Amino acid sequence: MADAIETHLLRKVFGDYAAVKGLTLQVRQGEVFGFLGPNGAGKTTSMKMLLGLISPTSGEAALLGKLIGNREAMRRVGFLPEHFRFQEWLTADEFLLLHGQLLGMKKDDLQQRRNELLERVGLTPFGNKQLRTFSKGMLQRVGLAQALLNRPALVFLDEPTSGLDPVGRRLVRDVIREVRAQGTTIFLNSHLLSEIEVTCDRVAFIQHGEVVRVLELASLANDQTSVAIRVSNLGAESLNGLSQWGREIQRDGEFVHMIIASDTVLPEVTRYLVSQDAEVYSITPNRMSLEDIFIETVGKDGGL
Amino acid sequence: MSAISIIARLTFREAIRRRLMLAGLVLGIAFVILYSIGTHFIFGQIAADTAANMPSQMAANIMKAESTNAFMMMGLYAATFLSVAMAALLGADTLAGEINSGTIQTIATKPIRRADIVLGKWLGFIELLGLYVLLLCGGIVLSTFIQSGHIPQNLLIGLGLIYMESILIMTITLMLSSAFPALATGGIVFGLYGLAFIGGWVEQFGAILQNDTAIKVGITTSLIIPSESLWRRAAFEMQTPLTGTFGSPFTTTSVPSLLMIGYAFVYLIVILVIAVRIFQKRDL
Repeated sequence: MADAIETHLLRKVFGDYAAVKGLTLQVRQGEVFGFLGPNGAGKTTSMKMLLGLISPTSGEAALLGKLIGNREAMRRVGFLPEHFRFQEWLTADEFLLLHGQLLGMKKDDLQQRRNELLERVGLTPFGNKQLRTFSKGMLQRVGLAQALLNRPALVFLDEPTSGLDPVGRRLVRDVIREVRAQGTTIFLNSHLLSEIEVTCDRVAFIQHGEVVRVLELASLANDQTSVAIRVSNLGAESLNGLSQWGREIQRDGEFVHMIIASDTVLPEVTRYLVSQDAEVYSITPNRMSLEDIFIETVGKDGGL
Repeated sequence: MSAISIIARLTFREAIRRRLMLAGLVLGIAFVILYSIGTHFIFGQIAADTAANMPSQMAANIMKAESTNAFMMMGLYAATFLSVAMAALLGADTLAGEINSGTIQTIATKPIRRADIVLGKWLGFIELLGLYVLLLCGGIVLSTFIQSGHIPQNLLIGLGLIYMESILIMTITLMLSSAFPALATGGIVFGLYGLAFIGGWVEQFGAILQNDTAIKVGITTSLIIPSESLWRRAAFEMQTPLTGTFGSPFTTTSVPSLLMIGYAFVYLIVILVIAVRIFQKRDL
């Protein structure tokens, strides 16, 4: 099965400024893929290139096994842009019908699908209201419904939770889980790392328009755990001995911090400390948050 | 339903929903009413004067027809100008505005050709302009007929040419709108229209004074933008023979050839193709 998204050295130059230097990545079918990076890293430009809105200066990319811009592939793609602006003089019903028609959907299927999705995003009572009367959150919801009309194989969501209240954010997260369960691949561009953390299978960090790191979030819990050990009576030699289980060992007053490969080593670490006659008060494993990794990856200055 | 017709219907509906049609309708009707009130008194005066001063009934009839026609041409000239303004207003914000706001993004990522978007909008505007030209020009002609019984010759050809002028301006606007922001587009279009207008005058005076250079200058401007020559051909088709000798912007002394009309048609198609090409190539 072809990858949902495959790019090779995708590049976009505006004048003499390279917005995207050379993007190479693969997104597997059926996964939720997070696209992370500091502001100005080229995330939106990259997404627009994949969607055929911006033509790349060089490089190649394919969606669902077809080169970008292929209309057959676009029939199976959904897109919720950032700064969503839609025809505000249409009603929500008309807006969804319009986009369904442009997708070439059959009338009956489209009507059924529209009602289904309006229900799902909680806008059924507002179907005949013009979009100009909608709040930002309601527009985001109708935009999400629009992106899912054609039961897409691949959905691009650009900052889908921006401007949403916690209820709306939860809704978006739940909808993402549901469509993922139906086998849809989701390409998610978001600043909200906590969102990414709970929704994504894998993330790519991009900086200056290049992928600097790809991470499986499922493995995050295991290979990126930092431990804070509150301990006294621990000699320097005994401290060094901890290096067989972890790295970046630091003593900070009565705390010892270290990063371990997996929390399965913690019982062994405990036995070791006790055998060294140290007094152990607590051992607290802290899963490294995506935010920690983000800052570690792009640097504190955000790569400026 | 094809993508072109979906976009065309959307364009039409947008004009209705955003009250553009309503504004056009109200102002158009006001325009026709004003014309009718004005000409009501003028035609009455003309009828009285010609009956009193002309040596024979036949001469009186000819004089009456001539002056009625002259006033109708004046009204049609104003209607043409309003149609051109409407064409520029419709086209200026359409692509530029939607690119700027990002509305175009969900449309352009659907499985349709970019050409469908441009052509759909173009067809939608053609429908709207058709209604507008029919309201304004049709209103003037009907009002004149009811008041004086005068029907201009070659009416359909004349109205068709006026319609074509508005389509030409709309197409140029659409092309510019695919490349420039709305305000710049509007500015350039009115600049070009002004150029054509002045060029038309130069050519007219050249014809009256029989100055070849002036006529050539006029023809050259018509080649750059053939909008005014469409009006002048329309005026030539509809005006009475005597009216043509007055020399005014409302009438025509130097008649654009059929070749120029053919050129305008080809020009329009080429501009449309360029509009599509620009829109296909640009980043959204």
